[in-house]
Amino acid sequence: MIEVKNIKKSFGDKVVIENVSAVMKAGQCNLIIGSSGSGKTVLQKCMVGLFEPDEGDVLYDGKNFTTMKGEEKTEIRKEIGMLFQGSALFDSLNVQENVMFPLSMFTKDTYKKKLDRVNEVLARVNLVDANKKFPSELSGGMKKRVALARAVVLNPKYLFCDEPNSGLDPLTSLVIDKLIKEITIEYNITTVINTHDMNSVMEIGNYILYMYMGNKEWEGTNKEIIFSKNQRLNEFIFASDFLKDAKEMRMLEETGKIPNDRNMDDLLDKT
Amino acid sequence: MAFLLSCCILAHNMTIFSDIGRYLLMLKGMFSKPENGKMYWKEFIHQCTEIGFGSLGIVAIISVFIGAVSTIQTAYQLVTPLIPKSTIAQIVRDTVILEFAPTLVSIVLAGVAGSRIASELGNMRVSEQIDALEIMGINTKTYLILPKIVAALLMIPLLVVMAMALGIWGGRLAGVASGIISGSVFDKGLLEFFVPYNVIFALIKAYVYSFIIASIPAFYGYYVKGGALEIGRASTKAVVVSCILILFSDYILSALLL
Repeated sequence: MIEVKNIKKSFGDKVVIENVSAVMKAGQCNLIIGSSGSGKTVLQKCMVGLFEPDEGDVLYDGKNFTTMKGEEKTEIRKEIGMLFQGSALFDSLNVQENVMFPLSMFTKDTYKKKLDRVNEVLARVNLVDANKKFPSELSGGMKKRVALARAVVLNPKYLFCDEPNSGLDPLTSLVIDKLIKEITIEYNITTVINTHDMNSVMEIGNYILYMYMGNKEWEGTNKEIIFSKNQRLNEFIFASDFLKDAKEMRMLEETGKIPNDRNMDDLLDKT
Repeated sequence: MAFLLSCCILAHNMTIFSDIGRYLLMLKGMFSKPENGKMYWKEFIHQCTEIGFGSLGIVAIISVFIGAVSTIQTAYQLVTPLIPKSTIAQIVRDTVILEFAPTLVSIVLAGVAGSRIASELGNMRVSEQIDALEIMGINTKTYLILPKIVAALLMIPLLVVMAMALGIWGGRLAGVASGIISGSVFDKGLLEFFVPYNVIFALIKAYVYSFIIASIPAFYGYYVKGGALEIGRASTKAVVVSCILILFSDYILSALLL
């Protein structure tokens, strides 16, 4: 479990996030959503220690990560895996070497044992026969899968994903989402995902934190988000007519009712 | 107008001071216990190959031609028959050992190895590879910068020694080929009034330059912000600053040690 308490972060005079608190549970996909510039990436970077918050604390299973020093912090970091927006694969290493890198750095396993583990995680992300390929030879989806394999190769307790679906087609996005969800449940990982992807929100968001201009605007589950009355959240999530219709169809399925201002015949005609 | 100018100068000086501070903090941050000695050794060997063998060709070509040009230009300026021809060899030897091999080769290496270091680290920073290492719990300054500096401290003096030998050989080759001086007279001149301290002085310079060539571009690359354009700018700035520092330390070391 990761607990964020009253986090504040500013750059110069500009306050980017203020007074944000949240609890991210283990074995769940915890999503941070919000429009560009809302502070979700800064919040995630504060959580993993890439930025130091001005105020507030980040607790990993009750241990205060913000006040930790050197060796103690490194120990927590060894339990963190991160999937970056641009994958962040090491250009000079091939797929196998990229995934093996954390194992070589932090374990004393034999080469054979490390290779077995690499092949196991690569198979887990449905990437076989790509061991000797370099990042420049991979598609966007393959890069994300290699990065995911590298992030989970040391069996982390916490997994952070920054925009895992950016730049991917809808089908590949679904594959990545499904993989993250499965791995989260399989290894009981606390997964924190920054996303804009509404499909991810609806499909894998066990807990959703909506950020608006650096503040926590709303929190809840993917079931609750459908019925949320928060105007900003609704404008953000259900921006297009298509998504508005989809939301109302879901509401109709769940409750048998749609909002008062909509005509049921119109909605059913469209569908 | 004067006020505006003063403000600009002050702001510029503040940037310089803050850069020096960050540079010193970067150097301090490099010294931590390696997470895995084997991986650091691998990275060190990789850097030795990149810095040493990667620059071998250009250093060899420059050294031979610098030696050759030195011989021809020295002969061109020695018009009086009162000075023996072997003096040409002495002048070429001392010029190559004292200045051309360490300084000129280092300036070329600041361009070749320095820009490579700055752009490699800059690209790693921009594409979040450094962040990925940090999150894994690796001290990126120790893992990425220290092996580069140690490799430069090992390989660049070796390249300078090679440049000395090739420069003198190039001078002899040009002297003999153009009929300015015979091989035996050149060899005789090489042994006359030889001061071994000159080689030690050249090596001291090479060590100082090696540190500059690796650490300055590492600083500019490591702290780059932005995208491809900024990587290019950082790389150019790294080479320019390295060259200036090499020439500045050349003057200081010559004034202090000669």
